[in-house]
Amino acid sequence: MQENKAESKEIVREEMAYEPYTIAMGPQHPATHGVLKLDLELDGETILNCTPTVGFLHRGVEKLAENLSYAQTLPLTDRLDYIASMANNVAYSIAVEKLLGIEVPMRAKYIRTIVMEMARLTGHLLWLATHALDIGAMTVFLYCFRERENLLDMFEEICGARLTTSYTCVGGVRQDVTGHFLESLHAFTEDFPSKIAEYETLIDKNRIWLKRTQGVGVVSAEDAVSLGLTGPTLRGSGVDYDVRKHMPYDAYPYVDFEVPIGSKGDVYDRYRCRMEEMHQSNSIIRQCIEALPKGPICAPDAPDLVMPYGVQKKVAADATFASGVIKLMRDNEHYIDGDVYVSAEVPKGELGFYFVSDGRGVPYRMHIRSPSYIHIGALPFMCKGQMVADVIAIIGSVDVVLGECDR
Amino acid sequence: MELLWILIKILIVFAVVMLHVMYATYFERKVIGHMQVRMGPMRVGPHGILQPIADGLKLFFKEDIMPTVADKKVFYAAPLICLISALSAVAVIPFFEGFAIANINIGILYIFAMSSLASYGVVLAGWSSNSKYSFLGGLRSSAQVISYEIAMGLSLVGVMMLSGSLNLTDIVHAQMKSPFKIYLIPQIIGFFVFVIAMFAETNRTPFDLPEAESELVAGYCTEYSGMRFALFFMAEYIGMIVMSCLAVVCFLGGWSGPFDVPGIPFFWFLIKVYFFIFVYYWVRATLPRYRYDQLMALGWKVLIPLALFNIVLTGTIKSMFG
Repeated sequence: MQENKAESKEIVREEMAYEPYTIAMGPQHPATHGVLKLDLELDGETILNCTPTVGFLHRGVEKLAENLSYAQTLPLTDRLDYIASMANNVAYSIAVEKLLGIEVPMRAKYIRTIVMEMARLTGHLLWLATHALDIGAMTVFLYCFRERENLLDMFEEICGARLTTSYTCVGGVRQDVTGHFLESLHAFTEDFPSKIAEYETLIDKNRIWLKRTQGVGVVSAEDAVSLGLTGPTLRGSGVDYDVRKHMPYDAYPYVDFEVPIGSKGDVYDRYRCRMEEMHQSNSIIRQCIEALPKGPICAPDAPDLVMPYGVQKKVAADATFASGVIKLMRDNEHYIDGDVYVSAEVPKGELGFYFVSDGRGVPYRMHIRSPSYIHIGALPFMCKGQMVADVIAIIGSVDVVLGECDR
Repeated sequence: MELLWILIKILIVFAVVMLHVMYATYFERKVIGHMQVRMGPMRVGPHGILQPIADGLKLFFKEDIMPTVADKKVFYAAPLICLISALSAVAVIPFFEGFAIANINIGILYIFAMSSLASYGVVLAGWSSNSKYSFLGGLRSSAQVISYEIAMGLSLVGVMMLSGSLNLTDIVHAQMKSPFKIYLIPQIIGFFVFVIAMFAETNRTPFDLPEAESELVAGYCTEYSGMRFALFFMAEYIGMIVMSCLAVVCFLGGWSGPFDVPGIPFFWFLIKVYFFIFVYYWVRATLPRYRYDQLMALGWKVLIPLALFNIVLTGTIKSMFG
């Protein structure tokens, strides 16, 4: 009898054993920005462990590219970081141009730099909007969307689409910009710094905002480099690395801008970096508008499919789909045999395209180095030991977009 | 006859409060909308004036979904506990001279009791839903209410000391006789603590952790839908109104004003209450949300010591100057 009692007591103790509380945050959750899933192990509200699960938005862009010509893959890049698709278009185009050895005309370079920085503004505006909303400041959200709307309207003016732009092409850009576009963009850049100041009055010195962001999700410079972080997420930790400065492309060598750098590597520093970057983007756009040269917008030797320029290509475009241009493109044997990796600084970080070519008109293999994927990999490191509410702040501060992560 | 009169009073107050709740939601959307450079509801009726009715009808006819693993009885009871305790608190509030459903001499304590009971509803809702987000929301709520209840109670001790009563009508009368006419000036620290605790008590921004949508989906009411969700919603707004009324009665002189408005005895009372409700919306449109541990630190390390200091200060001054 006595033994039985002792046994049952022990069983009870075993059942009461300590066990972390697990929560599946996502894939349907208001603060994970898409379909990110985080498996959180909690002790009270403290995170013991955080395991990200990705792949809910996998569309196989890399595999699709193996069966599409270089020009056909371009629209797929819109769907990577769909918040700033212009930047992906540019990044893809410069990579293919490097592979094919095409020199882009100056005017196209400047226009690309303009749209790239506009894309950075749209990306950062959406980031600020959702980041602030996650931390609870809901008014910033709508203020940011007001300005983003203006930028999207301008995208619509130059290419007819607001989000899935496909504006650049291999060798240049698809259409020239209009005078009206440049005027309205110039007016926007004059007004925009005051709008940034407006966001900052709401949150920048707000004590609750500072409490929520300072000292949260700290990443030291060494850790940031070894985790492979890029973009503002890396620069918030005080590492001076910007593809635009260190491996300049398009018109970046000709414009004057600074790379804002943080020091502590917490959520607040990353926030400050991006806010300063918006100022810099604004100034880059202004410089580009002023220095925009005249001339052609597409290289003459570019393998353009959508809008054939030369007479022969026009004939090809009139033929039927299968036997016409596309086939011409695929059967083309003059491409370089080899591989190339080219990266560009998109709003989220360093977006790289790696091509292996066997000389055919389609890549043998295309790999996308997407910053979001690598940043999500850093989330467990940042979240450990923080609280549930901090996870939201950290996800916001690394600025991931799942379309790019899952590809 | 007495009973009939009380019933009529209850009916009037109930109708007025419910109407206020309906239009509090409308004005919240309008006020925040205009603060955020948008229009707010515009479709249902002129300037969306019938929006609350449309919302009410929609919620009423929505399917009532309950998780299969939920604890049924508690799940049903939780929103009712919230709503009934919030509504009961209205009973002791004097809207104007001689008009309170129950003019009892422990009015303040009664309101505290009712607002604490409301937190049972929240905790039970979180528990009975058997959902992890709801559970965390319920836990947060219980911790929050316990911490801020203390700060709130202590912040009103100064008022009790000055007026020498717990009866809300007597407190207003005492204020009218006091040198400043309102307790806002002598009790400025108490008022400060009370207003912050008031936001926390009603789970409003920046203390809306129990239902923080970006962290806990919808917190304790994640699993509720249709009319049951609406009950929580109403309870929250009634809570806001009750807390605003309490602030007006205890610090701003209740129904008294700089001059009398003939025919509308509750004119000043309503103006003051609307002001507080506006402040609720204003803060919601402006501030981010606290983190759980920061909220606790603010409650225990700042507000409670401040409230205690206020009590000592009030006591000292009162004993020195009579």
